[in-house]
Amino acid sequence: MHVFAEHRRRARGRLWDAANLLTTPLLPDDFLGLVNPLWSRRQPAGRVVAVRRETADSATITIRPGAGWREHRAGQHVTVGVEVDGVRHQRSYSLTSPPRSADGCIAITVKAVRDGVVSSHLVHRTRPGALLFLGAATGDFVLPEQLPGRLLFITAGSGVTPVMGILRTLARADTLGDVAVVHIDRDPGGVIFAGELRQLAGQRRLTLHEHHTARLGRPSAAEIVERVGDWRERETWACGPGELLDGLEAHFSASGERARLRTERFHVRAAVATTTTGTAATGGSITFTRSGVTVDADGATTLLAAGEAAGALLPSGCRAGVCRTCIGPLRAGVVRDLRSGAVSGEPGDVVQTCISVAVGPVEIEL
Amino acid sequence: MTASAAAPAVPEGEAANPIDRLTPEQLDAIARELDAIREQVRADLGERDAAYIRRVVDVQRVLEASARILLIVTRSRGSAAAATALLTVAKILENMEIGHNVMHGQWDWMRDPRIHSSTWEWDAVSTAQSWKHAHNYQHHTYTNVVGKDRDLGYSAIRVHPDQPWHPVYLLQPVYAVALAFIFEWAIAIYDMELDAVGRGTKSAAEARGEVRAFARKAGRQFAKDYVLFPALSGRAARRTLLANLTANTARSIWTHTIVFMGHLPEGAETFTERQLEDESRGAWYVRQLLGSCNLDGSRLFHLMSGHLSFQVEHHLFPDLPSNRYPQIAGRVRAVCERHGLPYESGRLGRQYRSVAKKVLRFALP
Repeated sequence: MHVFAEHRRRARGRLWDAANLLTTPLLPDDFLGLVNPLWSRRQPAGRVVAVRRETADSATITIRPGAGWREHRAGQHVTVGVEVDGVRHQRSYSLTSPPRSADGCIAITVKAVRDGVVSSHLVHRTRPGALLFLGAATGDFVLPEQLPGRLLFITAGSGVTPVMGILRTLARADTLGDVAVVHIDRDPGGVIFAGELRQLAGQRRLTLHEHHTARLGRPSAAEIVERVGDWRERETWACGPGELLDGLEAHFSASGERARLRTERFHVRAAVATTTTGTAATGGSITFTRSGVTVDADGATTLLAAGEAAGALLPSGCRAGVCRTCIGPLRAGVVRDLRSGAVSGEPGDVVQTCISVAVGPVEIEL
Repeated sequence: MTASAAAPAVPEGEAANPIDRLTPEQLDAIARELDAIREQVRADLGERDAAYIRRVVDVQRVLEASARILLIVTRSRGSAAAATALLTVAKILENMEIGHNVMHGQWDWMRDPRIHSSTWEWDAVSTAQSWKHAHNYQHHTYTNVVGKDRDLGYSAIRVHPDQPWHPVYLLQPVYAVALAFIFEWAIAIYDMELDAVGRGTKSAAEARGEVRAFARKAGRQFAKDYVLFPALSGRAARRTLLANLTANTARSIWTHTIVFMGHLPEGAETFTERQLEDESRGAWYVRQLLGSCNLDGSRLFHLMSGHLSFQVEHHLFPDLPSNRYPQIAGRVRAVCERHGLPYESGRLGRQYRSVAKKVLRFALP
């Protein structure tokens, strides 16, 4: 039996090599994707099956993922790619559906942020049938294999989304033990998943503490945890704005309970209008990640010039923005095109180092 | 075969070059006007442009797949001939409207990792890496500068009086035509610039790496067209092999024709290395303008030429999407008229005769 399996595996490998050669320089995957984008494994995608409004500015988008999707763990997030005006934008969103759902679908819940190209597109203008590109599910804001006896979740605003994924997974398996949730939001009407959370609380499957800042103001970390008397005996997961998490981390450390706290930070990039020309180029520190070089540059020195001056061996060509020999993927930060003054700083942007200057700290994969 | 062109101190004909008539202020004005066209198109790019390139890519892949399948299954000579024609069209589209333009970064603004200059590999024996260096950098930066632009006559064909004559050029009418048939392979080898190793401007290790990459790429291309698909055709193996050879050769002849019409017809200016010293953006623009010639034709003709029929617009704005060239041609022409600059354009037949005349004339001292 073993021998046959080995033969089959080899034969499959050879067949695959041959198929690759037939489509060279493309891959068979490129032709599969032509028939149905969901068949592509190189570029996993999913089809929107439903968009459900959660609050005035948030919605849950149910997606049927294609062949390239790998199952996620509750609490993880996924990079979603959407096309707006012909341009691909990528953002990370928490998965709010439990893994391995019966219908094979996954869900993300998105809150439209002000000037958010992607979030408002997803919340307000995405319809069933739309195609979304999916990255791999990632993140370690997940439950351990061995479930702790008592759990505490502290969430604020859309920070409730990864926790909802965890709660739903626990509820489905009927393993919601002793769970306490403290949720902070502006007002009762703005709470995402309010109905579901309050229902679970009503069924006494978890205890829910809501704190509404419109009435009570922002709570301190101490105030938050004191709402749950036995917080020191609980394993805690917290997700929300950076300030809240900083406060919690300080409080847990001061109380000697730092090991019990896990936090998830949403990295919100400063919204970048790609056509604005107003702000002055300030320069900043430029890190070439592959070369391992970091250098400070002013707003008139190109990434290429700064990197070379610091001893990085960088690709270069015409040095006039023509030939694109010098391009590299932007990993973090914002750059300005010296010719047009346009700034860019989107994930997935590839920049021409010979005509770009840093606007604040920049990381480029070169 | 090769002769490097050394530029004499004062080349004849330079005085007549329109670029010398322009003042720095005029050059700046031209740069501003052309930059404005560029920025306007950039700002206007959107869903319709994205849909355009995706449609071309999809059509190309469907054409190629149908042609390949038809060649395997058909028994009739008629449909085999039709499949050969389809495959030729698919291969031309792939190189001209898709490959060349994608590798210029014309579609990078979409941020689609699958239609991007940094990831694209084309259906040609030259690697994207090597071609991008030779074409995007060397040719587009030093366009028509004698001694610097390696694409100007490909060192093998004398097209300018500044290139010193050698008896071998007597044969150039013959080998210029022969080059058309093997163009795909010839540029792949030429673009690696192996002679630079001898001159010491390229390290042997770098050259070895490029040759290895070329061998791998060309090997796969060869195996696909001349071994695997013929083998899959069973008894029709010979016919499929001939069909693939025909498609590749026809594409070579076509690209050779379009490429030669871009910078060689009468009216296209050449430049000296002196022109590159402290060249302003305006002067760079004008050099691109004067060194390029457009081809008049139908929409289908423009598509099949990869919009290189808008050679002038392409050289001014090599990274603007090709589907936009026809729209801005009128405005570029207007800029030329305002500043008294020629805007060369002609039908393929006329330009072909013009280039042929040049090749014949400069075969002689």
